[in-house]
Amino acid sequence: MSATASLADVSESRCLRAAEPHRRAMPASLRALEAEAIYVFREVVAEFERPVLLYSIGKDSSVLLHLARKAFAPGRLPFPLLHIATGWDFRDMLDFRDRTVAAHHLDLRVHTNPEGLAAGLKPWDGPRYADVMLTEALKQALDAGNFDAAFGGGRRDEEKSRAKERVLSFRDEQHRWDPRQQRPELWRHYNGRIRRGQRVRAFPLSNWTEADVWAYVHFESIPLVPLYFARERPVVERDGALIVVDDERLPLRPGEMARLERVRFRTLGCYPLTAASRSTATTVPEIVEETLRSRTSERAGRLVDADQAASMERKKAAGYF
Amino acid sequence: MAASASASSAAFAQYLAGQRSKELLRLITCGSVDDGKSTLIGRLLYDTGNVPEDVVAAARADSARWGTNGGELDLALLVDGLQAEREQGITIDVAHRYFDTGRRKFVLADTPGHEQYTRNMATGASGADLAVLLIDASQGLQRQSRRHAYVVRLLGIRHLVVAVNKMDLVGFDETAFSALERTVASAFASLGFEAIECIPLSARGGDHVVHRSAAMPWFAGPTLLEALERAPAGRREPDELRLPIQYVHRRDSTLRGYAGTVAAGRLAVGDELLALPAGVRSRVQAVLTADGEVQQAGAGEAVVLTLADAVDVGRGQVLVDPARPAVATRRVDADLVWMQDAPLVAGGRYEFKFAHRYVAGAVTALRHRVDVETFDTGPAGSFGLNDVGRVEIELAEPVAVDAFDEHATTGSFIVIDLDTRGTVAAGLVRGTGGGRLVAPVGGVDRARRAWQKRQQPFVLWFTGLSGAGKSTIASGVEQALVGLGHHTYLLDGDRVRQGLNRDLAFGELDRRENIRRIAETARTLVDAGLIVLVACIAPRRADRTQVRELLGDDYLEVFVDASLAECERRDPKGHYRRARAGTLPEFTGVGAPYEVPLQPDLRLDAESLELERVVKTVLDFLAARGRLGAPADAEWSI
Repeated sequence: MSATASLADVSESRCLRAAEPHRRAMPASLRALEAEAIYVFREVVAEFERPVLLYSIGKDSSVLLHLARKAFAPGRLPFPLLHIATGWDFRDMLDFRDRTVAAHHLDLRVHTNPEGLAAGLKPWDGPRYADVMLTEALKQALDAGNFDAAFGGGRRDEEKSRAKERVLSFRDEQHRWDPRQQRPELWRHYNGRIRRGQRVRAFPLSNWTEADVWAYVHFESIPLVPLYFARERPVVERDGALIVVDDERLPLRPGEMARLERVRFRTLGCYPLTAASRSTATTVPEIVEETLRSRTSERAGRLVDADQAASMERKKAAGYF
Repeated sequence: MAASASASSAAFAQYLAGQRSKELLRLITCGSVDDGKSTLIGRLLYDTGNVPEDVVAAARADSARWGTNGGELDLALLVDGLQAEREQGITIDVAHRYFDTGRRKFVLADTPGHEQYTRNMATGASGADLAVLLIDASQGLQRQSRRHAYVVRLLGIRHLVVAVNKMDLVGFDETAFSALERTVASAFASLGFEAIECIPLSARGGDHVVHRSAAMPWFAGPTLLEALERAPAGRREPDELRLPIQYVHRRDSTLRGYAGTVAAGRLAVGDELLALPAGVRSRVQAVLTADGEVQQAGAGEAVVLTLADAVDVGRGQVLVDPARPAVATRRVDADLVWMQDAPLVAGGRYEFKFAHRYVAGAVTALRHRVDVETFDTGPAGSFGLNDVGRVEIELAEPVAVDAFDEHATTGSFIVIDLDTRGTVAAGLVRGTGGGRLVAPVGGVDRARRAWQKRQQPFVLWFTGLSGAGKSTIASGVEQALVGLGHHTYLLDGDRVRQGLNRDLAFGELDRRENIRRIAETARTLVDAGLIVLVACIAPRRADRTQVRELLGDDYLEVFVDASLAECERRDPKGHYRRARAGTLPEFTGVGAPYEVPLQPDLRLDAESLELERVVKTVLDFLAARGRLGAPADAEWSI
């Protein structure tokens, strides 16, 4: 190993380097979370044959991807990205996804459930839509790619049943999660041994909070989908939720008229299942302030979770991320 | 769209300043069923303003349905996440909560109290700095509380806060609290906590959780939150470098980067490192982080190192300071927390995962089991679910370990079932089979070979008249040694005469040369790490002295003592008969002298050959001389 080679490596890794003044100012607790996430990435890649990163284009996915690249810098990302497209993705998100993939030369796989597409399922068709277009689609893609480990951006602070999730979460042959049979997770000696057909979901952001994610985006200058930042957008108000009219596919109800409002998204899911909120925050610091002031939880904007009590647990047990 | 630093407002700057000064405390809460743990956590989160409004609204709706508070907001429902938990009103699995106050950030592992979920409690405790143990003031100290205190202490927690809940049920009575405080102090005294703080409170009413309570003016101590904000954060570990290698970057032929998280201590460019158990040394050439090259790194940092030498060090090796190394060993004494229904018995084979290293092995002995409610130890034939006790483990390959009390990362491991692949036990390293077994460093030499065979090589030289029983005894001893797991070789004088030494006759010089060659062969085999048994008359004292000089301390002389008359009576090969007939000249004992050893290491009475007794005598002798254990440290000091 020559000294020249290692210097070249160092300069390449600077591509990932955040603005120095920001980096130096990063709180120790955030640096610890970063190191913890990198640890999870390396451990899973060392132990599994075919890992994949579930990339949903949102802020958590963006942070996840950034951390993954850091974990293997100065080398290339040793696994592909998987996007489950429903056909009801915001246009801004798809543009952003394609720009990100091109900028970092990533290997992106996109999958849409062909049966759901053929059946013409619409987001407003009830819980079946999420089951088919998200849960089933994900299982199809994981099976097709023979992926034995999937990284996800789930955080334990998001929701009550997520709080019970392990960092390395074991799934059976049918992708099911059994909260009563979880493997004990002792120290950080993650048990990566599985039998053929079984797999794991890995959550490097397990111990991050929403505020941590935003602060990290700030310090690392991580690019995000513009939908997170307030701008005038066409919206209709339905059952107390602001729905952005992203294109003509959203059927307006009688009497409804899209009007322009300054809104942003706190969380991004499927258009039009994700509600926007009125906001003037156009920068990350303004968003952090808004988040800190907020008295509602992040998932309050996800209409998909409100369909029944403990819906997340039910979906997770079935194989949802 | 990226953030812009210039847009940072004063409020944001203030937020960041707050974040930077906040330490992180990881804690675990445990208590028996019905002690009100979920309510206490709900109260802690609610009163510190860490529960969003829509979550409170959902909990209000749930309270009407499942609540135990007469339809009023049931704070337990803020935290019980699984449907079964809400329906049954119990906590099933570890849940993690995140909250902050003006002073600190907290990660709280909420663990179930039910006896059958002790394994989940161990899970929560393994990552915590402090434990909050709930006790119901109206019930007093329960058996389960003793179990919880034992398990959290076992897993390394030194600071215990005892939350005496439901003080409202005992009329906020100071005497009742003081009595319970004394009970707790004496019950847990033997566990070795550095601090035990008892705090009287009522989670339901919010008394003394976050806010001081007017109902207990007699209590001058801290509220629960104050206690959590003051307790020492983090675990203290010795400042000795421990960097387990997690992943090896091989981007191309030029880069070999060793990635890992520094578990303890610091390292800097130029430092000399030792990789264990491989025993390879090198120097730090560069320290890379994802943000570029740095000069040094410390505990908790995820780094990539390049080393000055092209050494082959893989995942699972631990980089240490050569002056203060870890222990490389195949034998580990450990405490286990057994976590599955199928029992553990001696001889059970499992896979063990140490820091990034899976090794096959067996639990060879169960030394004792701990009664986690009385803290007494007793003999154990097997461990069942939730049992805790001391075991001996033998591994197929060496691992680098430390005592758990000093280094949590390199002092802990998990046990994996070979069939289900599930995690069946948590392990804490307490010792390494009696000695500091350190892998020899550098090339393969005698010590390395012996270490691989886990034995001390030596030569056991059986001398005596022809027909005294040397070969028979040596063969019996060899069988016994192999039975004990040793690696041996038997050099029989007669057979050597037919091969290596067939060019030699029985004259004075040839006899001497015969002995010299056998001794040299024995020396080669000892160097190979073997225990060598030689069955050879070696009649001359001078020759035997030369052998002793050649082999030094490795030479043990055994005089197989049988009288000439007895040997002649046995005459198994007919040599005596031929010697007496004059057809075998210079035969020892007849035509040539046998010089009896004056100071043999062992004299065996072989007048009557009871093989079993004689073999036992030899083994007892070897054990008494300390030759049958694993090699001692001095032989392989670094």
